[in-house]
Order: sequence, then C-alpha cells, then structure tokens
Amino acid sequence: MSVPVLASCHGVSRHFGGLVANRDVSLEVRPGEILGLIGPNGAGKSTLFNLIAGALPVTSGQIHFAGRNITGLSATARCHAGIARTFQVPRSFDSMSVLDNVVVGSLVRHPRIRVAREKAYDVLASVALEHRAGVSAGSLTPPEKRRLEIARALASEPKLLLLDEALTGLTPSEARSGVALFRRIRDSGIALVMVEHVMEIVMPLVDRVVVLNLGEVLAEGRPQDVVRDPAVVAAYLGERHRVA
Amino acid sequence: MTRTGIASALASFRTARRRNLLIACLVLAMLMALSQLVRDPFTMDVLILAVLYAALSQSWNILAGYCGQISLGHALYFGLGAYATSLLYVKAGVLPWFGMMAGGLLAAAFALALGAMCFRLAGHYFTIATIVLAEIGLTLLQNWDFAGAALGVQWPLGSYSWAILQFGRSKTPYFVFVVGLYAITWLASFLIEDSRWGYWWRAVKDDPEAAESLGVNVFPSKMMAGAISAFLTALGGGFYAAYLSYIDPDSVMSFRFSLLIALPAVIGGIGTLWGSLLGALILIPLSEFTRSAFGGGGGGVDLIIYGVMIMFIALIRPEGLLDLLPRRTEGKAS
Repeated sequence: MSVPVLASCHGVSRHFGGLVANRDVSLEVRPGEILGLIGPNGAGKSTLFNLIAGALPVTSGQIHFAGRNITGLSATARCHAGIARTFQVPRSFDSMSVLDNVVVGSLVRHPRIRVAREKAYDVLASVALEHRAGVSAGSLTPPEKRRLEIARALASEPKLLLLDEALTGLTPSEARSGVALFRRIRDSGIALVMVEHVMEIVMPLVDRVVVLNLGEVLAEGRPQDVVRDPAVVAAYLGERHRVA
Repeated sequence: MTRTGIASALASFRTARRRNLLIACLVLAMLMALSQLVRDPFTMDVLILAVLYAALSQSWNILAGYCGQISLGHALYFGLGAYATSLLYVKAGVLPWFGMMAGGLLAAAFALALGAMCFRLAGHYFTIATIVLAEIGLTLLQNWDFAGAALGVQWPLGSYSWAILQFGRSKTPYFVFVVGLYAITWLASFLIEDSRWGYWWRAVKDDPEAAESLGVNVFPSKMMAGAISAFLTALGGGFYAAYLSYIDPDSVMSFRFSLLIALPAVIGGIGTLWGSLLGALILIPLSEFTRSAFGGGGGGVDLIIYGVMIMFIALIRPEGLLDLLPRRTEGKAS
C-alpha cells in the first residue's frame, strides 16, 4: 500500500551562476498534511519554495503536482492547478481595498465578479479580517497583511498552500492564532508546506519535517525524531554540539 | 453576522457604483447645457479641447492608471488615428466615422505589436521605450511622401455635414461629438473597474509577482490594457483631425501631445474615474488662456505652467486633486 502523494520533487536542482542553491532535492507532500521545510539561513528553503510555486524555473529535475508534471508551468498556471503561496515579506496590492485584494484570488475559480466578491468576503471572514474589508490594503498592520495574504491565497481554492515564514515576526499571541488558523486550513483538506527557520514555532504544528542544509535534504521524518537527529543538531548548532 | 456583513458590504459597493453613474449623468447634462449657452468661439474652442484631452487622458489612464504601465508615447496612437482618418478620407473618400474606427484598430494593432516588445520592460525602461517609439513614428511621418511628409494633409473644405464631420464655423457640433467621445472613454473605464480585467490590471500595477501567484496572466493583461487604451486614443486623434481639417506630423505626433495626454489624469488623480476630466478642465483652459494672453512670443509659458502644476501636485497631493475629496466608500463595511 503506497501513501497517496499530492506534490513531489524529483532530483530538483537550482543553480544561480556558480552557486548551487538546491542540489538533487527529492521530497513528497501528502494530501491534507502540514509539512515543515526547515533549515539554517542559506539552506535553500526559499529557493525550493519558489521552485515549487513556479516563481523560479528549475535547473534540473522534475516537479509533479496532483498526478501531472508541472515542471514547465508558469506561476500563473500553477495557481490554476491548485498551488497557492504567500510571500516572506507580505506583498499586498496596496492601492486596492482589502476585499478587492481577495477578489483577485477568488476570480481564479469564480469568473463572475459578483460571485467572486461574495466568496472573497466569506474567505475574509474566515481569517477574521471582514471588519477591514473596505479599507485600503496599504493601511493594514504587518500582521494583518499576513492574514490578508493567506486569505487571498485561500480564495484561489488551492489544494496546496505554501507559507513562507508566515509566523515569523509575530507576537506570541498572534503566532498562536496563526497556528490555530493553519490547523483549521489543514482540517478543511488543504495541504500546507511551511518554510520556517525558527524550529520552536513549527515543531508542534507540523506532521512531517524536511530539513535542508547547504541546498540538500539533510533529514526527513516526524518532528520529534528529526530534532534528535545528530546531523540536524550539528547543522543548526555547529559540530561541537554533536555529542550533546 | 457574516451574512449581514456581506450584504452591507455589497450594498455599499453598489451604492458607490450607482453614485458614480448619477454623477456621470449630471456631468453629461451640464456639458450639454453648456454647449447651448456658450456662443463665443474662443471659449467654445477651449471647451472642446478640454473635453478632448479629458477623453484622451481617460484612455491613457486605462493603461497607465489601472494597469500601471506609464506610457509617454501616446502621441503615436493619437497621430495614427489622426492620419488614418485624414488619409482614408482625403485619398479614398472613406467617411471619417469609419476612418476613426480604422485608425483605432490600427493603433490597437500597433499597441499589441509594440507591447510584445516593450511590456517585458519594467518601470522607467518601459516609459523611455514609449517615448523613443513615438519619436520614431514622428520621424517616419515627416518623411513619408504619400502622407504629405512634413506638409501634412489638408481636408477638402466647402461641404458641411455630420457624415463628414465638417461644420465650417460652427463649433457646437464638435463639442457635442467630443462629449460623446468622452462619455465612451468614461463608460469603458467604469465597466473595466468592475470587471475581471480591472481587478487583474490593478493587481499587475501593484505587484506583478504577487499577481502571477494568484493566477493573473500578467503579460496578456498589459496587452489588453494597451490595445484598449490605444484604440480610444486614436479615436480622439481622428476627431482632432476632423476638427482642425488640417494635420501635419508635428501637430499630432510630437512629444507635447504625449505629455498633454498624460497630465490631466496625473493632476486630477491617476487610476480614478474622474481624475482625467477634473485635470483637463483645469489644465487646458489655463494653458490656452496663457497662450492667447502671452501671444506668439511667449511660446514657453504654457510649459512653465505645466511644470509648476506638476511640482504643486507632487508636493501637496501625490495622488492627484481628487484625493482632496473625503472618501465616503471606505471603512463602512461593518
């Protein structure tokens, strides 16, 4: 019995000139799971994230999603296929209202503008931002902008949601409500891939972890196993902590 | 709570749309009343030019204001419209109404062909490319013998009718026509604002990469905005040719027109429904009256005024004059 796979990377590499950001990375995302993508700074997490989202082309290797090879698809086409993302630094459409930002997302599945607007409002309510629907997105606070990005991505009704450091820089209480939101999203049947470099935030939340180091997969498994892996400890803390 | 929230949010949206339509009807009625009241030819001339530039700027705004692609080469489309209309009428006897449509389609085709190259450029690079392309167009026209080269094209005088858009000394029919043209560009903007394309274009303007991640086809969005904008601008060019009954390359395709097309929207409020009209009603009378006041010797005074106005706007209201009005549609969604 094989485990069903939603998305997978097969031997994916990405070079920037002479710099190898990702080397021969293979991983799988299963339907309805939360996968943590962690690793120290410069490990290649964000590059891999952008390769899956289609913001960057791969140098070699293949990416599959929902049973098809999407390696050659643009970011636009991947969104239509069911992959949505957020950005490390929130990128809201600042000249538009909060509701209109989300409408851009819901138009992916609902070409009729009236329907799209109603769906957008529902999604906005699900992240508790509906009271800000009419204000300009540029006037939101940074945590609100993160929630807006998540709402916008959810409005495109994805099967896979990629979150790039969505919890970084939040206060503990904001992070807690973020964690609760991600659990609700997962429970609605959407798989999540979370890039984080702060382990404490993601470990209690994720079902599985992939650790990247120097562009390669260093370890993979359940969070409680991965944190005890000597190679992971060494990568995060340095060689001299290996025995500890 | 969500249900009532959504109902009131959608209701306030619809109210805002209806209010804009109502204002449009009032403005239309006022302009039409004006056409019956004004008898002085000079004032009428200024009014015609003001509404013409409002229409042109509204067209420019579709590409620059909504889609964020700042073109300073719209004189190319304006000139294409003017020349297509004039040449088809003078050389082939095609009525200007059809000539304007042909000019519009030609300009849209040019916008697509040039866009295929230029829309890969970002920001200032795109703007510079548009300036250069319009200058190339101007130089080609100045050397194209069939189109009269630097001497231009003279429309035949003597017969007057709506069919050929020639009215002799009477200016009122031109005013009625140009108000109709403005109404078309306004209505196009109004419909775009509440369409898929309108949302996509504004997303492309604000952040192309984020737009792509939300399934927006960025490049086709720019092409579409460019084609519609060029089409409407060329209609204005065709009207201008009929109004003057004589055109030459410098009087329809020089850089001055690219500026004059962009400025009203910039002054009034870029990316808004009403900015172009407001800007044109301030800018054009000011420039025409100073030109007549300072006469032939003071050819640069109107340019000084543009410069001062841009500095004023940049310092006081970077979003344009419309931004001075209180916003009633926002923050009332609860």
